[in-house]
Amino acid sequence: MRVRLRVNGAERQVDVEPRVTLLDALREVIGLTGTKKGCDRGECGACTVHVNGRRIDACMTLAVMHEGDEITTIEGLDHPVQRAFLEHDAFQCGFCTPGQLMSAAACLAEGHTGSDAEIREWMSGNTCRCAAYPHIVAAVREVAGRA
Amino acid sequence: MTTRMFGEPIQRREDPRLLAGRGRYLDDLGHGALAAAFVRSPHAHARVLDIDVTDALDVDGLVAIYTYEDLPERVADPLPLLIPHPALTHGRTGYPLANGIVRHVGEPVAMVVATDPYVAEDIVDLIQVNFEPLPAVVGIENAVRAERLVHDDVPGNVGAHLVQEVGDAPLAVDTAPHRLEFRLDIERSASTPLEGRGVYARPDASDGSIRVYSSTQTSTSVRFAIAAKLGLPATKVEVIAPDVGGGFGVKIVHPWPEEILVSWAARVLGREVKWAEDRREHFVSSAHERGQVQFVRVGFDDEGRVLGLDVRFLHDHGAYTPYGIIVPIITSTQLLGPYKVGAYRAEFTSLYTNTVIVTPYRGAGRPQGVFCMERTMDRIAEHLGRDRAEVRSANFIQPHEFPYDQGLVFQDGRPLIYDSGNYPEALEKVKEMIGWDEFPGRQEKAAAQGRRLGIGLACYVEGTGVGPYEGGHVQVDSAGRVHVSTGLTSQGQGHGTVFAQIVAEELGVPIDAVEVTTGDTRRFSYAVGTFASRAAVLSGNAIALACRRLREKALRIAGEALEADPGDLEIVDGIVRVVGNPRTAIPLRTVAVLANPLRYAFDEEAVRATQFARSSGDDGPPVPEDDEPGLEGRDYYSPVRSTFASGMHAAVVEVDPDTAEVRILRYAVVHDCGRMINPTIVEGQVHGGVAQGIAGALYERMAYDESGQLLNASFMDFLMPYATEIPRITTGHLETPSPLNPLGIKGAGEAGVIPVSAVIASAIEDAEGIRIARMPISPDELFWLRRRAETGEVERTGVVKSDRAP
Repeated sequence: MRVRLRVNGAERQVDVEPRVTLLDALREVIGLTGTKKGCDRGECGACTVHVNGRRIDACMTLAVMHEGDEITTIEGLDHPVQRAFLEHDAFQCGFCTPGQLMSAAACLAEGHTGSDAEIREWMSGNTCRCAAYPHIVAAVREVAGRA
Repeated sequence: MTTRMFGEPIQRREDPRLLAGRGRYLDDLGHGALAAAFVRSPHAHARVLDIDVTDALDVDGLVAIYTYEDLPERVADPLPLLIPHPALTHGRTGYPLANGIVRHVGEPVAMVVATDPYVAEDIVDLIQVNFEPLPAVVGIENAVRAERLVHDDVPGNVGAHLVQEVGDAPLAVDTAPHRLEFRLDIERSASTPLEGRGVYARPDASDGSIRVYSSTQTSTSVRFAIAAKLGLPATKVEVIAPDVGGGFGVKIVHPWPEEILVSWAARVLGREVKWAEDRREHFVSSAHERGQVQFVRVGFDDEGRVLGLDVRFLHDHGAYTPYGIIVPIITSTQLLGPYKVGAYRAEFTSLYTNTVIVTPYRGAGRPQGVFCMERTMDRIAEHLGRDRAEVRSANFIQPHEFPYDQGLVFQDGRPLIYDSGNYPEALEKVKEMIGWDEFPGRQEKAAAQGRRLGIGLACYVEGTGVGPYEGGHVQVDSAGRVHVSTGLTSQGQGHGTVFAQIVAEELGVPIDAVEVTTGDTRRFSYAVGTFASRAAVLSGNAIALACRRLREKALRIAGEALEADPGDLEIVDGIVRVVGNPRTAIPLRTVAVLANPLRYAFDEEAVRATQFARSSGDDGPPVPEDDEPGLEGRDYYSPVRSTFASGMHAAVVEVDPDTAEVRILRYAVVHDCGRMINPTIVEGQVHGGVAQGIAGALYERMAYDESGQLLNASFMDFLMPYATEIPRITTGHLETPSPLNPLGIKGAGEAGVIPVSAVIASAIEDAEGIRIARMPISPDELFWLRRRAETGEVERTGVVKSDRAP
């Protein structure tokens, strides 16, 4: 099936089977491999992207459901939280990081940053097995202006 | 002087790339490669009677299906037993694809290669395997009962049995003024890196070579394994570890069946083939760890000093032993921690079960050993009515007693001799950080408000920097860039930063001029791998030594060019200059050109360098006999034995009186890994370790049922900590240098995880007044422990039976 997506501001036509996830369409068809596959079942958040401004797990939705949708991936993200991650040493192996960053940018936009506990709660859909959590929270806190 | 680099908390240099989604992990490579997928056993123990592929043959996109019968010799051989040991009398390994029998759920039975991963998985579903299920052996107690066998030719399911002893521990226990005897249990857990395993093979028909990318902790050994299995000279095999999304131990195992099979199939088919493990596959077909039952007998005096410690434990090593018995050996030798005990005996039996193989997971047997020793310390303190910290202190090896020989043989086959440490200072520091002495007041106040608070403490010593060696290569090019390579691999430890810091410091070059490559056999052939907190110690020192060789050569050449004594030269910001006369100077990049007598004027630097060309009159060859062209240095570091890091953790927990939920209110770490290269990176490693330790204490376990099915093989059911579970961690550092290596460093990667179960058990016990002898502990389990304590089935603390010897 043909589906039209706007990915990082650019129009992309993809031809995929109906069963192909948005994640696989991004990675395998469009070639944007920045979005990661950690579990492929919505449990780890490594594949978090923004669809029409909302953060979702790209592995839990089919590409064909997104005709005309505006999709932002890590390759299209330009956000102060990226610099904050660098300054706060907020990751180690980097595999969960694209998802953490997409989630953090959305978390900040949503305003779920009133306290460390709130940040932790609203970032809890993103697993970091290296457990850079204390530094991730610090990075989000700083961008939220509560450093 | 050049700005100091060693020891500075500089930002990681590998990060900007990773922040922009430009990381190159295994599954990001090989776009368009054929996809491999595996038919895996759904049974824990079964005979493979028949494999029917009829339904699969018509599928559009099928390229090949392979079963054991299709494999050529060598590939069809059993997988290697990497680390044999005389005590491992019955070591057994599996086959790349099942050879008539499967011994755990997830064991590979057939390999499918297809045009894309979706099609490959469709085909896997169409292959019918006829199994004859056999009774499964699950759990340590069933293994030791041995009513059923995992391997017909392994009596009692016993793979290994080993005793190490110093003195006569049973006698020392029996004759001690006080004695205690108890059992401890630790369940299984696993590394579960967020990126699973994966292999991508690119054959080159033009020269018969193959390049293999693997998400591994040891590319050099994967290379030699593939070369051996495929019957190729190693020169025809390149193995590269690209960005690796976490390892934590599981990716040190090699060769995995998939590494051999994917490489072999790529050569047979003459096509690129890739396999990326999925999450469920990782749970059932990679490796787990922990999993021990311990029986402890301890004898001690009135001060709490241990006179005799006699530990017998059973270790579950799963269906096969490709990685030998490293884990239980580490448990039995690292159990002693920072203490000197009168006499010690450790006896373990390592057992087969029909479950996934057990190989090192961060900590590698140490968390079990520390759990044993620290629970013992708490029991002694409770028994004597003494402070838990005081009892530990009474048993410490003192700073003036180093080097301290524990009298045992460590995992590297070398004597267990601690090189340095300062345990009393660490204890004082952690007590202060957590508020140990003030806690009873706090606890009482909280209790008055109906809150249950508890405090816990645990100490450990970690043998790090295990040999045999690592190497480093450093080269300065004519643009002044410094190219560094070492053979071991990186999985997020920040090697690209810390190795660059070492080079910047040793050579006097700007850190931005330094580029580090790890885990690429094209750049470095001989290496061991990244495990056992060894990368900084082994490769860090090797790189420093390589820099020193390079520096010596650079000063010699610069000395000739500047007509100065090399002893009068220094290198600052990439410029070699005369000390006290900085205008007599030559850039290192120019020295690099001078180091090569062949100076075609490819670049400006080569043109400029000619002004320093040596005058003729020297009759020797352009490259003197004991010299080499180029400005580079290579060296290896091979330690005589491990260097021993140490640390102490303490925590305050609050336990909900109704729901039995455990919350960590404060967590303090004192960590001593010798001289730190980068405190920020050390802290990140400590945080990660503590988180995995908390996971092992409160959340993570492998829930096998009696038939060997793993019931929680997903991130939904296997509980890992999220941002919500990890408390703020306060870290304090001590830096007791190691006298064993040039940089004075010790390893740090695994440390954080080691004492956590012991700390949390101690704190929960303190809050609840109920003996905690098993980890992990869920709210549900703690709730029932309380109930059983009410009925007297479970011991409360403080209830002391008389044990004084008559």
